[in-house]
Amino acid sequence: MSAGPMLEVQNVARHFDVSKPVLQRLIAREGRRTLRAVDGISFDIPTGTTLSLVGESGCGKSTVARLVVGLYGPSFGKVLFDGQDLAKARADSAQRSRMQMIFQDPYASLNPRWRVVDIVAEPIRAFRLLKGKKAILARVGELLTQVGLSPLDGQKYPHEFSGGQRQRISIARALSSNPEFLVCDEPTSALDVSVQAQILNLMKELQQRLGLTYLFISHNLAVVRQVSDRIGVMYLGKLVELAPAESLFERPRHPYTRALMEAIPDLEMTGRQRIPVGGEVPSPISPPPGCTFHPRCPLANDRCRVEVPVMKAALDGMVACHAVEEERD
Amino acid sequence: MSLLQVKNLRVEFPTRRGTLVALDDVSFEIAPGEVLGVVGESGAGKSMTGAAIIGLLEPPGRIASGEILLEGRRIDNLPYEKMRRIRGREIGTIFQDPLTTLNPLYTIGRQLVETITTHLPVGPGEAREKAIGWLELVGIPAARERIDSYPHEFSGGMRQRVVIALALCAEPKLIVADEPTTALDVSIQAQVIAMLKTLAREKGTAMMLVTHDMGVIAETADRVAVMYAGRISEIGPVRQLVRHARHPYSQGLMGSIPPLDRRVERLQQIDGAMPRLSAIPRGCAFNPRCPRVFDRCLVERPELMDAGTTRASCWLYAEGAPA
Ligand SMILES: Nc1ncnc2c1ncn2[C@@H]1O[C@H](COP(=O)(O)OP(=O)(O)OP(=O)(O)O)[C@@H](O)[C@H]1O
Ligand SMILES: Nc1ncnc2c1ncn2[C@@H]1O[C@H](COP(=O)(O)OP(=O)(O)O)[C@@H](O)[C@H]1O
Ligand code: SF4
Ligand code: SF4
Ligand SMILES: [Mg+2]
Ligand SMILES: [Mg+2]
Repeated sequence: MSAGPMLEVQNVARHFDVSKPVLQRLIAREGRRTLRAVDGISFDIPTGTTLSLVGESGCGKSTVARLVVGLYGPSFGKVLFDGQDLAKARADSAQRSRMQMIFQDPYASLNPRWRVVDIVAEPIRAFRLLKGKKAILARVGELLTQVGLSPLDGQKYPHEFSGGQRQRISIARALSSNPEFLVCDEPTSALDVSVQAQILNLMKELQQRLGLTYLFISHNLAVVRQVSDRIGVMYLGKLVELAPAESLFERPRHPYTRALMEAIPDLEMTGRQRIPVGGEVPSPISPPPGCTFHPRCPLANDRCRVEVPVMKAALDGMVACHAVEEERD
Repeated sequence: MSLLQVKNLRVEFPTRRGTLVALDDVSFEIAPGEVLGVVGESGAGKSMTGAAIIGLLEPPGRIASGEILLEGRRIDNLPYEKMRRIRGREIGTIFQDPLTTLNPLYTIGRQLVETITTHLPVGPGEAREKAIGWLELVGIPAARERIDSYPHEFSGGMRQRVVIALALCAEPKLIVADEPTTALDVSIQAQVIAMLKTLAREKGTAMMLVTHDMGVIAETADRVAVMYAGRISEIGPVRQLVRHARHPYSQGLMGSIPPLDRRVERLQQIDGAMPRLSAIPRGCAFNPRCPRVFDRCLVERPELMDAGTTRASCWLYAEGAPA
């Protein structure tokens, strides 16, 4: 293992062509339409730590997840995995086995026709990590135990398990190739809070025990606070703030980060009056000019409507906002 | 008098392998203008309770015993047509997915106007004005221009607001809302909750708000019912329930919510999982997971009883419980 970051994301973008078929386009005299799902973002994740990405639906979180495990190629920019270009790393099965992904939906992500033992063993077989039925069976038993299930559960099918148990199976499967880096896309969003607590505790425990590095994706700020070392806030395909977890919660700088925090229902019941952010996330096909948050931002001025803010150092983090830069926040 | 009374409601699903009891002895009331939050893990019976009230239990599910009364009148045994009229006029409904409620083929305006003219004594012109008024009230910008849009031309958040307008426009006395904000982003969620609160206050509409989001409940509800395995395990004022839950399950549930204001090394967790309907344990259904279980819990099923500030179905609050 090297001392550098596990993952480096350098000005990465992923654009999608969402144009109508060419004939329709000619008739309607329309140009091509590009959706900028991720539009030039940079961050890195030091080995053994957790970076979380938060933001509202459609802001590009899952697209980033797919970019960093190589399910999508970047439209531009570069992803380095342990110092090596991701495309190269993906071509080498030993390198590929070092990264795994856990998805949001524990129902859709497990093959319903396979027994749990075969689901969990799939990466072991694909990467030829062990030979012989016995050895594989023993390893699967070990993995199931590690995630709080019983080795006997291996003989059952996914439908025989609850949502939380299925997510445990996904985690066991992801761990079966002994990965060092796990990308977790909303791993608890489909689960009840009580089950979520079990899964989050398990993930933290595994990180400590196995020294895992996590890219953790969620729209739930309270969840993110529990698991992250650093947090990136996304809005319309861009990172607008990146900071150590505690700083982000104690001193959120970007107006969008503040709005997100304001919007969370207050469980402590202090009677705090919440000010909902007005408006909605604009379409990523035709984002507003300048700062894309300006139609919803209480601090927007003329500069914000024309000039795109870039990420600049602010305290121990980075923020892309003119108001923060001008110190009028 | 209560607007809605649910008394000893039992819902059963006959299956080949025997009868499943989905709701068992569920009782609660809602006063005019009151918001009752209903929480619990998925499968606890929250939606089932809502469906029974509005007369839309999916067959073969059926009310096996108990009563549901709206303003003192039984509504659990009405013929379909009668119940359908009550559903639009007196009880409004809001479901999780706005797309299933809105008809994609008709404009927003047409759907609102139809609902209004069906239930209120007004002509089409006046109904259209009312419809625009409702759209403005639920926060659709430029409602007059957008009333003739189709559902797909609106974003998810806007569609959910239209669904709310649709539920409210016949001016019902009770709204049954099942996870109305679950599909929405937090920023939109906050807008919708603020709106529902204002409406309940200004129009005196009572609401049964089903959700598994305790934050939403804490902000919106007056009282809360916690459900577990088809029963109410605890019911009481929101403040008491959120801060000083009495039932061990509610305590576990509240404890497992990740705090926003600090980081904890390990979240409190309830081990195990909720039992399936076909395998509900004898005695207290929570007993295999309960940290305070004692001998009585294994044999006798607890009813709701006085637990100080709330009512809980837990033997800890009966006489002779271990200290
Ligand atoms: N294959 C694709 N083709 C076209 N557009 C896409 C594709 N994948 C994603 N998008 C679009 O890119 C944007 C970002 O999508 P993404 O799935 O990354 O969002 P997200 O932040 O994960 O949202 P959620 O919280 O809803 O999961 C969205 O507008 C989405 O519709
Ligand atoms: N058609 C059905 N047949 C048998 N059981 C059902 C049916 N529909 C729902 N159930 C069961 O009834 C219970 C309560 O369901 P529901 O009210 O939807 O729960 P919640 O809304 O609290 O998540 C669950 O155990 C569910 O599996
Ligand atoms: S750049 Fe301007 S519009 Fe954008 S967040 Fe900062 S103040 Fe608001
Ligand atoms: S009745 Fe017994 S098992 Fe049930 S919640 Fe109370 S103490 Fe626990
Ligand atoms: Mg996603
Ligand atoms: Mg439900």
